[in-house]
Amino acid sequence: MDSTYILLQHYWWFVISLLGALLVFLLFVQGGQSLLFNLGKTELQQKMMLNSTGRKWEFTFTTLVTFGGAFFASFPLFYSTSFGGAYWVWTIILICFVIQAVSYEFQSKKGNLLGKRTYQIFLMINGIGGPLLLGTAVATFFTGSEFTVNKDQLMNVGMPVISSWSNPLHGLEAAFNIWNLCLGLAVFFLSRVQAILYFINNINDEELTTRCRKQLLPNAALFLVFFLAFLVHIMLREGYAIDPSTGEIFMQPNKYFINLIEMPVILAILLIGVVAVLFGIGKTIVSDKFTKGIWFCGSGTVLTVLSLFLITGYNNTAYYPSSVDLQSSLTIYNSSSSFFTLKMMSYVSILVPFVAAYIFYAWRALDIHKIDSKEMSSGNHTY
Amino acid sequence: MIESIDSSLIDWSRAQFALTAMYHWLFVPLTLGLGVVMAIMETLYYKTGNEFWKTTAKFWMKLFGINFAIGVATGIILEFEFGTNWSNYSWFVGDIFGAPLAIEGILAFFMEATFIAVMFFGWDKVSKRFHLASTWLTIIGATLSALWILIANAWMQYPVGMKFNPDTVRNEMFDFWAVALSPVAINKFFHTVLSGWVLGAVFVLGVSSWFLLKKRDTEFALASIKVGAVFGLISSILIAWTGDGSAYQVADKQPMKLAAMEGLYHGQKQAGLVAVGILNPEKTSYRDDADAFLMRVQIPYALSFLAKRDVDGFVPGINDLIKGGYETEQGIALSAEEKMNRGRIAIQALSEYRKAAKEKDEAAMKQHRDTLEANFPYFGYGYIKDPADLVPNVSIVFYAFRIMVILGGYFILLFLIATIFSFKNTFTNKKWLHYICLWTIPLGYIAGQAGWVVAEVGRQPWAIQDILPTGTSISRLSTSSVQITFFLFLALFTILLIAEIRIMLKEIKKGPANSH
Repeated sequence: MDSTYILLQHYWWFVISLLGALLVFLLFVQGGQSLLFNLGKTELQQKMMLNSTGRKWEFTFTTLVTFGGAFFASFPLFYSTSFGGAYWVWTIILICFVIQAVSYEFQSKKGNLLGKRTYQIFLMINGIGGPLLLGTAVATFFTGSEFTVNKDQLMNVGMPVISSWSNPLHGLEAAFNIWNLCLGLAVFFLSRVQAILYFINNINDEELTTRCRKQLLPNAALFLVFFLAFLVHIMLREGYAIDPSTGEIFMQPNKYFINLIEMPVILAILLIGVVAVLFGIGKTIVSDKFTKGIWFCGSGTVLTVLSLFLITGYNNTAYYPSSVDLQSSLTIYNSSSSFFTLKMMSYVSILVPFVAAYIFYAWRALDIHKIDSKEMSSGNHTY
Repeated sequence: MIESIDSSLIDWSRAQFALTAMYHWLFVPLTLGLGVVMAIMETLYYKTGNEFWKTTAKFWMKLFGINFAIGVATGIILEFEFGTNWSNYSWFVGDIFGAPLAIEGILAFFMEATFIAVMFFGWDKVSKRFHLASTWLTIIGATLSALWILIANAWMQYPVGMKFNPDTVRNEMFDFWAVALSPVAINKFFHTVLSGWVLGAVFVLGVSSWFLLKKRDTEFALASIKVGAVFGLISSILIAWTGDGSAYQVADKQPMKLAAMEGLYHGQKQAGLVAVGILNPEKTSYRDDADAFLMRVQIPYALSFLAKRDVDGFVPGINDLIKGGYETEQGIALSAEEKMNRGRIAIQALSEYRKAAKEKDEAAMKQHRDTLEANFPYFGYGYIKDPADLVPNVSIVFYAFRIMVILGGYFILLFLIATIFSFKNTFTNKKWLHYICLWTIPLGYIAGQAGWVVAEVGRQPWAIQDILPTGTSISRLSTSSVQITFFLFLALFTILLIAEIRIMLKEIKKGPANSH
């Protein structure tokens, strides 16, 4: 295989990993939704919370859409196999995001048919279901899924579908695997931790901030328990390796641990990420004046998740393994787009820093003014 | 055991995609059209400093926001349905089709997502100039989003810039610009965006007329009508032009769709265009001898002229397209049976090529590759079982096309009248016109839906024209799974639609003075 093509496959796996990492960071919006009734004791406080993380919901939504679109463009066999196979888990995730999309705008409007409370419950459902199921789905990148891929099937005119899911639950079975669930819960509690840190940074309300600080410790503790358990598990378990000479997939003991050792840069990214997450949380817990925890924790989250995604695809690893037919497992080599498409898409990706720059500028322009009770009653557009 | 696709799975997968697309298209055109109107109004505020325009812009912005949220919600399902329900499609053409979707996300969605927040929440937080730029960037983002998804859709109707790779068993892109700048894509983009602009103008006219009927907020209503009527007039004239271009392209690239649009079974020179007509329900197949029409009024020569730019041009009918044998620019047209045979040869050659590749028999590989390439233009026909499957639902396409065209003509007339009366300052006392404008709002939606029905039902049975039938594109799911999600989406979208309409009505009743 051409070395430039291999480079592009690695580059696109990096882009996908980065988008996945940014998505996990942006799940702080979902975290805010799951905390709505825990933290917001008055209607005003709930309104401030909704307007704090709520004004960022479109970033999470758009990142999910772009994550899907980029996966489609760069690794179409994943799009075809996972979405078409794990039908139910992806459908439920999408429904969670759909009900969220309208709930912010509709919940406080007169004539909204279902009542304010229902839309807030929709937000709660998305706040819990979104991170939990996304985490569970991503965990299958390590634990495997039950599918087969046979491209020769296309020549079978009666049944030309190349990807088949072996489990009749079509993705829901992932939620019955303890380790998948473990990562799902880790992502869920991380989203809550980040939401708390974001509220502390973004809302100017003493009572709410005090309550946020109280909630931080238990949520952070639960996050750490589930995250560390998952991390230790994947370091110890065997992984799905590719034999570079034949392209065959085989099980290799401690594959993901070996990947970290053999790719020290990624190990460093992981360690820096974990330290940044712990610093953001720890400093916020010990210092009542510290409000910038979200930026440390958020950056750390991006780095940690990035490194976890990278070790599933790099160093001759099958990133979407099949537990029922090893040779059907998807690798960045056998599932990617053509050289031409990856090259063309790489040119497009040059624009990403420009996109990031205007997002940063606009985000800052809005966040420089903290959310407070005065703004909620100013008569301007609010959720 | 011989496996086969359950035909009801294909039907339910189609139904689910159609449901999602039709709901999505209830909201997107208003976003595109109303977005421009409110941006024009904010520009007037920026230029004049007159608070009246700010209040006006904010009112339309409020309605825009309610509509936008549900458009986004239905859109995400559509994108992922290519994977969940059309997984074979996603692999077979993902190398080409995925790129526009990714570019849409990177270049368009983030622009929308970033600046819409500034537009709604930034009035007192950023400068007037930055706010205006944000409003325009929001609508530019929405329009760019339409551009990329329409490039993808146009490619399905007119696949260019790609080549089939038998080693990877998929189509691969070799010319991005051929995909992005295909004439079908360009025309489809303008035609579709303009239909959104027309709906936006119809909406503004209708809502403003309601205020006139209620004798309240008259200044706001008349100012909005002026902007809406001119914007609508320009858009509706331009859409007639792009519509003509679209029909010409359909005649060239999807002649079966054109035949269905016209209910034309037997091709002819100097063919007339059916202005109005009633199809004969007894005519159920191209194979029977029943007359196609119970009645019709034709415009002589018009179909030949519009389709071929020549009044003597031959327009093939459904029977001609099935039986072949007529002359085309490329030579004598093949019959459906011949195309199906060549499609089967292509599929067999692919199979033989794969076997030869496993055995590393290079001579055989070359031989089968050559056979495959020679027959690949008909690859999708190899999956077709009966020539009758190549004929789309004629009555749906025929009537949808008439509805779209007749409403298009009506909109031009309405906008012309509204423009004249609004600039003569006599719009206020034309109560009949206020009622017409108000009741035209649903017609704006019907026209847009009818347009998509023509485009999508008319191209059946193809997901990718001539290359991949819809039935070969699906995911391997149980029919019951798709039925459940169909009804789930139906219930969810319907509830949200009712909620949206109710919220809109309440907000409209509040009026511009209370549009916070």
